[in-house]
Amino acid sequence: MTGFLLRRLALLVLTAFCLTMVVFYLTNLPPQLEKIAKFEAGARISDDEVTSWLNNHGYGRPFLARYGEWLGVVPGWTGTDTQGGAMGYCITKGVDPAAAPHYCGVLQGDWGYSSVFKQPVSSILSTRLGLTGILMFWVMVVMVPTSLLMGVLAGMREGSRLDRTLSTVAITTTSTPEYVSGVVLIVLFASSTVGLSPHLFDWGWISDRTLFKGSASSAMDGITFQNFTLPVITIALYGIGYIARMTRASMAEVMTAQYIRTARLKGLSFREVVMRHALRNALIAPFTVIMLQFPWLLNGVVITETLFNYKGFGWTLVQAAGNNDVPLLLGCSVVAVFVVLVTQLLSDVGYAFLNPRIRIG
Amino acid sequence: MDKPWDPSQPILEIDHLSISFFTRAREIPAVMDFSCTVMAGEAMGLVGESGCGKSTVALAVMRDLGKTGRIVGGAIRFKGRDLTHMSDEELRHIRGSEIAMIYQEPMASLNPAMKIGAQLAEVPMIHQGMAKAEAWALARQIVADVRLPDPDRILRSYPHQLSGGQQQRIVIAMALMSKPALLILDEPTTALDVTVEAGIVDLVKDLGEKYGTSLLFISHNLGLVLDVCDRLCVMYSGEAVETGAVKEVFDRMQHPYTQALFRSIPIPGADKTTRPLISIPGNFPLPHERPPGCNFGPRCSYFAAGRCDQGDIPMAPVPFGDRHETRCIRSSEIDWDAPPPARARTERATIGPVVLRMEDVKKYYEVSSGMFGGGGTKVVKANETLSFEAREGETLAIVGESGCGKSTFAKVLMGLETATDGKIMLYDRDIQSTPIEKRSTDTVSGVQMVFQNPFDTLNPSMTIGRQIVRALEIFGEGKDDAARHARMLELLDLVKLPRAFAERMPRQLSGGQKQRVGIARAFAGGAKIVVADEPVSALDVSVQAAVTDLLMEIQRKNGTTLLFISHDLSIVRYLSDRVMVMYLGHVVELGTTDQVFQPPYHPYTEALLSAVPIADTRVEKKRIVLEGDIPSAMNPPPGCPFQTRCRWKSHVPGNLCETEMPPVRMLKGGHQIKCHLSDAEFASMEPVIKIAAE
Repeated sequence: MTGFLLRRLALLVLTAFCLTMVVFYLTNLPPQLEKIAKFEAGARISDDEVTSWLNNHGYGRPFLARYGEWLGVVPGWTGTDTQGGAMGYCITKGVDPAAAPHYCGVLQGDWGYSSVFKQPVSSILSTRLGLTGILMFWVMVVMVPTSLLMGVLAGMREGSRLDRTLSTVAITTTSTPEYVSGVVLIVLFASSTVGLSPHLFDWGWISDRTLFKGSASSAMDGITFQNFTLPVITIALYGIGYIARMTRASMAEVMTAQYIRTARLKGLSFREVVMRHALRNALIAPFTVIMLQFPWLLNGVVITETLFNYKGFGWTLVQAAGNNDVPLLLGCSVVAVFVVLVTQLLSDVGYAFLNPRIRIG
Repeated sequence: MDKPWDPSQPILEIDHLSISFFTRAREIPAVMDFSCTVMAGEAMGLVGESGCGKSTVALAVMRDLGKTGRIVGGAIRFKGRDLTHMSDEELRHIRGSEIAMIYQEPMASLNPAMKIGAQLAEVPMIHQGMAKAEAWALARQIVADVRLPDPDRILRSYPHQLSGGQQQRIVIAMALMSKPALLILDEPTTALDVTVEAGIVDLVKDLGEKYGTSLLFISHNLGLVLDVCDRLCVMYSGEAVETGAVKEVFDRMQHPYTQALFRSIPIPGADKTTRPLISIPGNFPLPHERPPGCNFGPRCSYFAAGRCDQGDIPMAPVPFGDRHETRCIRSSEIDWDAPPPARARTERATIGPVVLRMEDVKKYYEVSSGMFGGGGTKVVKANETLSFEAREGETLAIVGESGCGKSTFAKVLMGLETATDGKIMLYDRDIQSTPIEKRSTDTVSGVQMVFQNPFDTLNPSMTIGRQIVRALEIFGEGKDDAARHARMLELLDLVKLPRAFAERMPRQLSGGQKQRVGIARAFAGGAKIVVADEPVSALDVSVQAAVTDLLMEIQRKNGTTLLFISHDLSIVRYLSDRVMVMYLGHVVELGTTDQVFQPPYHPYTEALLSAVPIADTRVEKKRIVLEGDIPSAMNPPPGCPFQTRCRWKSHVPGNLCETEMPPVRMLKGGHQIKCHLSDAEFASMEPVIKIAAE
């Protein structure tokens, strides 16, 4: 078990290393650098000025050296600014240049400085991830039980009316992307002119103008049923359909297995067959799918957070990408790799726990 | 509510039962007008080929025909109560408590995610409302009853931690948990090795006697039915064709199908040149294409047009015997004792020079113990010092139970794996370390294989003709496409398939026809050596004979060397010239067929022979049941590989068997045995199979 965990950890580090290198390379292609130069030194500078600015600010060095600098294995670049003062990768404004460390990369715990938010990347990431974590938690609370219940009920009697109804619902929700379902939900529930809310208001069932809020920015300070329902439902709907389909397939397969016939011919009632014999076996496959949903949720989070203006991780990622904020973007990639691989690890360990035939050595 | 059941009445009475499956297109009758009666304590055998409806009958008794199956007529009376009209609630009380079932594949029949103990204890808990601790105690007792070692450990394990034989014992234990009055066994040993099968059969018989349980024993193996049952019922295409006491049906059969079935299986004393097997011509009719009149009519050699194909033929009692009935209107006219029509005796193939020589071939696999690597690596010794030679035109049978290394040997020979050590000489070429990708086209086409499962080895989306032509292309046969097409048609002729089959897809063929295509493919490049890995074990009895004959005929024609891998000793005895017996990667005995099938035996061969069920009432067998399972090849016992299960071990002085690998002993006539027993002991061995004088 320890060996297994160590190997997984090594894989995690290796993947993070490769991915950040790719992201670093892509964000440091010449046109990108030109943009950064123009952003910092003025939009109307000439090409020669761009080159000299880049050279003067440490961007002219080879790609690998600069990646090493970010990692913290190559000494930080230093130079002099126009006023003759020392400046460099590791030198923050207002700090004595002599006291600045030689190395200041990720390995030293320094994630760099975000040019958009004018804050250290690490502090941005921790607050934003916290907000996204809360969102994810509620999504899971809604999504997992609902989808498993739907899947089990549908797969229990394959081809029945209940199965067909639930399957239709599942296919519909999973084939609707978040940017569609989000908009539809806003129109239906969060508009004071169309959808349900005006009617409910007229009848006096709700005191506000709308049933739910179309923006979740207030949820960052405190979650309420009104401001958080729509973003949670938007993300959950997509996953519900997907997991329900998987659970249904798995359940339907298990119900045709020979050991289910054995159980039935032991004299168990249908309910006992499902609860005691089918359920555990049927949940093995969806478990992996649910764990795979975490990385997928990151995806949905980008759209939903932007749509509902909830300033979490996804929203930050969009801001970083849109504004050439390289350190922040790299930080986001590392977090994404971490989330994907850790959920995979949990999924493998959990799988072995559910399925007695698999033992992790 | 119900009046108590009178034990002198039948425990199970199936009365003119008809079952149909309903698809969107049509109703498919699966069982028609089936009647049979099982008395208390009686063992009833249900025999027939796959698709004849025997399992459907069993499931109908359990009332578990699925969504599409329905009982359309007749009655099933269990202890006088009609099961066909029972509610689900009433059925639940009978299932598992009064009627229990044992299934074909033990692994699939046990819940993989539940401990054995929980699965067993569940039965009395639902039916008798027993407390959990009490139910576990009972489970422990029954597990000991089915002769499993260390019951406490077994109860705590999961199904995958047990061997196939142990799993089947658990399924039996589960069926016995509430002491049922009727036990239905659906091919309970088909998935198991012969020596394990023998143990299970003994157990079932003993338990049947101990608890007074009636048995409904479904099998395609006539020998097994003779071993277990008192009465039997032969089924063909959804109908019972003959029923009666086992001995009577075996010795005085009254239906042409029963007779044909017996003539198509090899029995001791028969061999391929003197008494060839007689296969049943034609194919099993599909359920919706049954002929009018007698279902067996079109394949029957006694068919009388105008009589056999007119109207339904009822079951009629036979003038002699105990409740012996047959569904044949000509049964009184046929001379049942007439010998089968003599067939042209074929010449024994001439044995030529040595084509294949193996010297001390070893194949070891390294396996890591954990799922994700880690832990120490272990070595599986799949083949140990394998030495033999095979000659042109010879049939060498390789016999042994699963895990003995016979498939590994085939893989090494084919080049799918390379040998760890030793030499494989094909003619004078060294091929042991050449993997198949690096072998010349000549070598590849010269050594070919016929696979066990014809259903999986043909590409489902390519026509038959295309697949054979593809093989010809790879072997570099034929100048152009036209030549190859012509050669393909010749090959179809060779395997006796109509030329029209070239355009068919594999799914349109029956199992036997598919295996013929597999044979055509193997012989496409003029193979010198053909490895046939259990080529007929997936086929029905009546088809087996035809496919075996075909293989023999092509061999005679081409002078091919046939390496026939099988666990079925009857068929091995019938067709092979020499036999090699393997156990745990070792060759324990090697000799001509006569030498191997007569004493002196290797103790393992002796046990193997005694375990084979033989469908002949004249045969007397010594019963030797091996204790325990085959040891794991990962952790073989020290000394002789067979010492853990050998009944002769006490005859060897000292602890020689446990410490030293026995030497290969050369007996007279080139007969080799790997054993420590002295010559005197060998001489004292008695034959296992005796044919009683008539």
